[in-house]
Amino acid sequence: MNSLGKSLCRFWHSSIGKKIVVALTGAMLILFLLGHVVGNLLVFAGREAMNDYAEFLLHMMHGTGIWVARIGLLVALVLHIVATVSLVRQNRAARDVDYSCKETVQASKSSRIMIWSGLTVLAFVIFHILHFTVRVDSGLANLHDPANPDRHDTFGMVVAGFQNPLVVLFYIVGISLLCSHLSHGIASVFQTLGWRSKKVAGPEKKLGWAIAILLWLGFLSIPVATMMGCLGDPPKIHAAVEEPAKAE
Amino acid sequence: MNLTLKVWRQESPNDKGNIETYEAKDIPAEASFLEMLDIVNEEIIVAGGDPIHFDHDCREGICGACSLTINGVPHSKENGITTCQVHMRKFRDGDTIWIEPFRARAFPIVKDLVTDRASFDRIIASGGYISVRTGSAVDANSLPVNFEDASESFNAAACIGCGACVAACKNASAMLFVGAKAAHLNLLPQGEPEKDKRVLGMVRQMDAEGFGNCTNQYECEAVCPKEISTDVIAKLNRDYATAATREAVE
Amino acid sequence: MSSNGSLDSAIPPGPLAEKWTNYQAKAKLINPANKRKFNIIVIGSGLAGGSAAATLSELGYNVKCFCYQDSPRRAHSIAAQGGINAAKNYQNDGDSVWRLFYDTIKGGDFRSREANVHRLAEVSTNIIDQCVAQGVPFAREYGGLLANRSFGGAQVSRTFYAAGQTGQQLLIGCYQALEKEIKKGGVTMYPRTEMLDLVKVDGHAKGIVVRDLTTGEVSSHAADCVIMATGGYGNVFYLSTNAMGCNVMAAFRAHKRGAYFANPCYTQIHPTCIPVSGDYQSKLTLMSESLRNDGRIWVPKSKETAAKIREGKLSGNDVPDEERDYYLERKYPSFGNLAPRDISSRSAKEACDEGRGVASTGLGVFLDFRDAIARLGEDTIRSRYGNLFQMYEKISGDNPYKSPMMIYPAVHYTMGGLWVDYNLQSNLKGLHVLGEANFSDHGANRLGASALMQGLADGYFVIPSTLPSYLAEVTPGSVTTDAPEFAQAEAEVNERIEKLMSINGTRTVDSFHRELGLLVWDKCGMARSEEGLKEALEKIPAIREAFWSDVRIPGKADGLNMELEKAGRVADFIDFAELMCHDALDRAESCGGHFRVEHQFTPEDEAVQSGFTNDGEAKRHDDDFCYVAAWGYKGPGEKPDLHKEELDFESVELSVRSYK
Ligand SMILES: Cc1cc2nc3c(=O)[nH]c(=O)nc-3n(C[C@H](O)[C@H](O)[C@H](O)COP(=O)(O)OP(=O)(O)OC[C@H]3O[C@@H](n4cnc5c(N)ncnc54)[C@H](O)[C@@H]3O)c2cc1C
Ligand code: HEM
Ligand code: FES
Repeated sequence: MNSLGKSLCRFWHSSIGKKIVVALTGAMLILFLLGHVVGNLLVFAGREAMNDYAEFLLHMMHGTGIWVARIGLLVALVLHIVATVSLVRQNRAARDVDYSCKETVQASKSSRIMIWSGLTVLAFVIFHILHFTVRVDSGLANLHDPANPDRHDTFGMVVAGFQNPLVVLFYIVGISLLCSHLSHGIASVFQTLGWRSKKVAGPEKKLGWAIAILLWLGFLSIPVATMMGCLGDPPKIHAAVEEPAKAE
Repeated sequence: MNLTLKVWRQESPNDKGNIETYEAKDIPAEASFLEMLDIVNEEIIVAGGDPIHFDHDCREGICGACSLTINGVPHSKENGITTCQVHMRKFRDGDTIWIEPFRARAFPIVKDLVTDRASFDRIIASGGYISVRTGSAVDANSLPVNFEDASESFNAAACIGCGACVAACKNASAMLFVGAKAAHLNLLPQGEPEKDKRVLGMVRQMDAEGFGNCTNQYECEAVCPKEISTDVIAKLNRDYATAATREAVE
Repeated sequence: MSSNGSLDSAIPPGPLAEKWTNYQAKAKLINPANKRKFNIIVIGSGLAGGSAAATLSELGYNVKCFCYQDSPRRAHSIAAQGGINAAKNYQNDGDSVWRLFYDTIKGGDFRSREANVHRLAEVSTNIIDQCVAQGVPFAREYGGLLANRSFGGAQVSRTFYAAGQTGQQLLIGCYQALEKEIKKGGVTMYPRTEMLDLVKVDGHAKGIVVRDLTTGEVSSHAADCVIMATGGYGNVFYLSTNAMGCNVMAAFRAHKRGAYFANPCYTQIHPTCIPVSGDYQSKLTLMSESLRNDGRIWVPKSKETAAKIREGKLSGNDVPDEERDYYLERKYPSFGNLAPRDISSRSAKEACDEGRGVASTGLGVFLDFRDAIARLGEDTIRSRYGNLFQMYEKISGDNPYKSPMMIYPAVHYTMGGLWVDYNLQSNLKGLHVLGEANFSDHGANRLGASALMQGLADGYFVIPSTLPSYLAEVTPGSVTTDAPEFAQAEAEVNERIEKLMSINGTRTVDSFHRELGLLVWDKCGMARSEEGLKEALEKIPAIREAFWSDVRIPGKADGLNMELEKAGRVADFIDFAELMCHDALDRAESCGGHFRVEHQFTPEDEAVQSGFTNDGEAKRHDDDFCYVAAWGYKGPGEKPDLHKEELDFESVELSVRSYK
């Protein structure tokens, strides 16, 4: 192995190196989430704005953009998971016999359940991708924008997708845990990358909470608003495929 | 006052060990925590038992030998003190007190509450120093040090190597200890030339010893008897990233 | 004089100020290629031992270093608070090597060796350079240069410090250097290993027998020479400011093998410690002397008032001024509360002996900040002594801003130690002794901030230069543990351990230590008398007998057994206490930390009448006692053999120490 490779390898195998990978990939995912939430909020601007946005994403850089982003995010997520799982295993091994009397002085609850919030988020992300990206439900896959039937009706898909209370419940749990994850994670990024000190620790922590809360509000406003009927009735999706006879 | 003690007893490193219960009777409120254990031990000895072993030496909070986890918190819940500085007036008659060793895989138990913390020494040996041959130093005042750096360096240097940071961390991480030493030396102009080597060496040894990783929960800072700030961990992360990058490109 | 001939202190010829330079210029050297063939044993990893081990390894020798703690970083040097002296004259206030030398000689009440002290003052400056280069974070001024303070009544500011952790910072610097050498392979470190005997081969110290404290295994180590830096013996008094493990064992075992013990009666009692609060008390905590700058020391004038305070019926604050006795201000109007350590300590004892003590045990006096707070405000006092007040509150539970502190003197440092010559070599060839364990530099009283300086001078600068004069005469590696002396010594050590384990009596080790401590504190503590010392000498054998027939050591010898460790140390303290009392009895004068009630200035003395000194001040008898008393071991319970090293003062004139 050349010396650069060797150095990278040592970096990955060191505790701090892995932590830095977690922080950098976590930060990438957060940036994505910020963009994602802003984009998603376009549902409140109506079907056209939402569907324009979705179309823009698909055709970004002649269609390569979305794949670059997807691959990038996937790599980040995989690295994040591989690194954190390996860190957690090392951490468990670092204390072979546990205390009989357990006590914590100041660690937040969120910080202590990172792996569980993370794994739930993973499950959620898989579900979410299957739900809205892969669209395993062919009903959701075959929606067409009424104004422009050549393109997919993303707006309608969202409204339709959130009709099932169980789905909404899972979204609430998933997003809430994601935000718990971030309430610790964001401030943590600053520490891991060496940008924290007594002076800025307070603001950094607040920033972390602020982002977490905004994401929570932003993401959950959609399913909740849908449930409450604020986005109008869902498109009649079943009619589109299985029961064409009843189509308008 | 009378107390019930739940104490970790372990005959030898390979013994399994378990919690045993002792009654501590007529303990004066002015006694220190370790003196309370002395009293209990005297009774155990006279009754024909084996006294509870624990590490201690200076009994004034500076040598770093004493190392008990009291009710789940290293050096007890009181801020900024070592076990030997805990006094019984902080407890109430009838209390039950759990006494356990500083637990970490890198601190194997020798006996009862006594652990082997030589892993810390090996970390220091891997870079926690400034190389200077005796007698080769220049005049001390030929090397002025910026006042802020000097103070920050001093605060980090206050570490007594007790290991409470490791014991409190849910991952048994030694980052506060390593960070403190790195900050102490890296902040000084004298420490500059060996900075990268120091950080890489100490972090690698820390990993090899089987300490866990920092998950930024700052329990270490909360129990540190010298109240060393986790700022030193941020600095260590930064210094490590720089050193590793420089190592990679060179 | 002994069979080894007279005590030759090996002082190099020439004028005082040039001795060390000349010595170094002509000193023997060891060929660099040969150095690694020499094995050196260093016992102790404090400032003295740690610095010696690291430096000798840097020079290329093979070093084995031993300490009883789990890490070399925990040696008791770590606890020193105040600072370290050096004749740097950075403050440009008129300090110089000569002044530091003179202050040390005078502070030692003219009972130390001029040549050693001068060398100490000379190398003091190199120590600071060395430590700063190692990264020791001494206090600095805003401009980035090193700060100094005046300490222990010195008229110049020559004390370097690192907040209240000077000893810690110096020791960590030294420990880091040691760890670096350990990693390099030059030093093999043996922590949690206790030296139990010195091995002599053909009359030279060539090795030691140790016990691995975790496994209980007894083993031997051979070397070309042995360096001992095992600290002081203050714990003979049971309660002291020393760490719990400090002991005289190593020094005493060497003494039993023929090394002379010099001036064991010179012990230093520090006036400002937190008083004892009960029988269970295990150690005493030092409070910085600087408190005396603003605090006023007093006890009630009447015994009745004192009794009420002791019983908790009255608080110090409620005693009106006219019923208070500010005894230091009364007796020493010009020095007042800043009277020297020994004087303040003794005055406190006198007040308490009269029944006017205020702590619940009767042993304590007030140190009152009421007036200072009224004059300067609480904030100023907090900025000056905040951390000390906090420490006091943690230990005593009282708030010193609201009610007066209580203090009492406590044993703090021991000037006596194994006798060494200019090379720091004992009368036993091959054995070198450094730091507090030797007797060499502080005479009858040590100045504040000088012990750290001496330990580091010995280890970093003196021994590396003087050791070759011994090594050059020996063939490296000529002695191994195969020599029959090792098997013999090991057998004796094992026998002693077995004996201790088999007594199976009824009393704990601590109970004997406490009993011994009370006795020596009473009879050979702050004030000593012929009568008291004789009484102690009668009582100690009884304690020894009781110990060896009734001590109970639980557990087994083949693993960690802290009671067994303590027992070995206490057994030696008992024997050592006897030696100390013999020395105190023999020295029929008062000097420095040794105060014989029969020998003090009285109003009849001319020096008192002329106003030069006070009555009650220590009275030396230079004509009879201007010597180092080096004692040779004669057997258990036997009176030791006295060997004198006469002290010649060429450069300073002996005078009466005056603090008026
Ligand atoms: C509370 C306090 C405050 C002080 N403040 C100051 C100050 O401000 N300025 C100043 O100059 N001095 C001060 N002193 C004095 C000074 O700290 C000591 O005199 C000095 O540090 C002694 O250093 P040392 O290396 O000789 O011994 P130590 O540091 O005591 O080291 C002894 C070493 O020997 C080892 N050892 C002992 N016995 C054995 C054995 N049998 N087998 C194996 N190893 C053994 C120990 O493990 C240890 O490593 C203070 C002392 C005390 C107690
Ligand atoms: C959108 C998805 C995710 C985002 C935005 C995210 C973000 C973050 C961030 C910012 C951190 C803090 C990094 C640091 O400590 O410096 C973090 C830590 C962590 N993440 Fe995630 N994460 C996500 C998904 C996951 C998943 C799927 C897992 C599942 C294994 C996971 C497990 C963890 C764990 C265990 C930590 C703690 C690591 C530590 O503190 O050392 N995360 N995450
Ligand atoms: S015994 Fe030294 S710090 Fe507690």
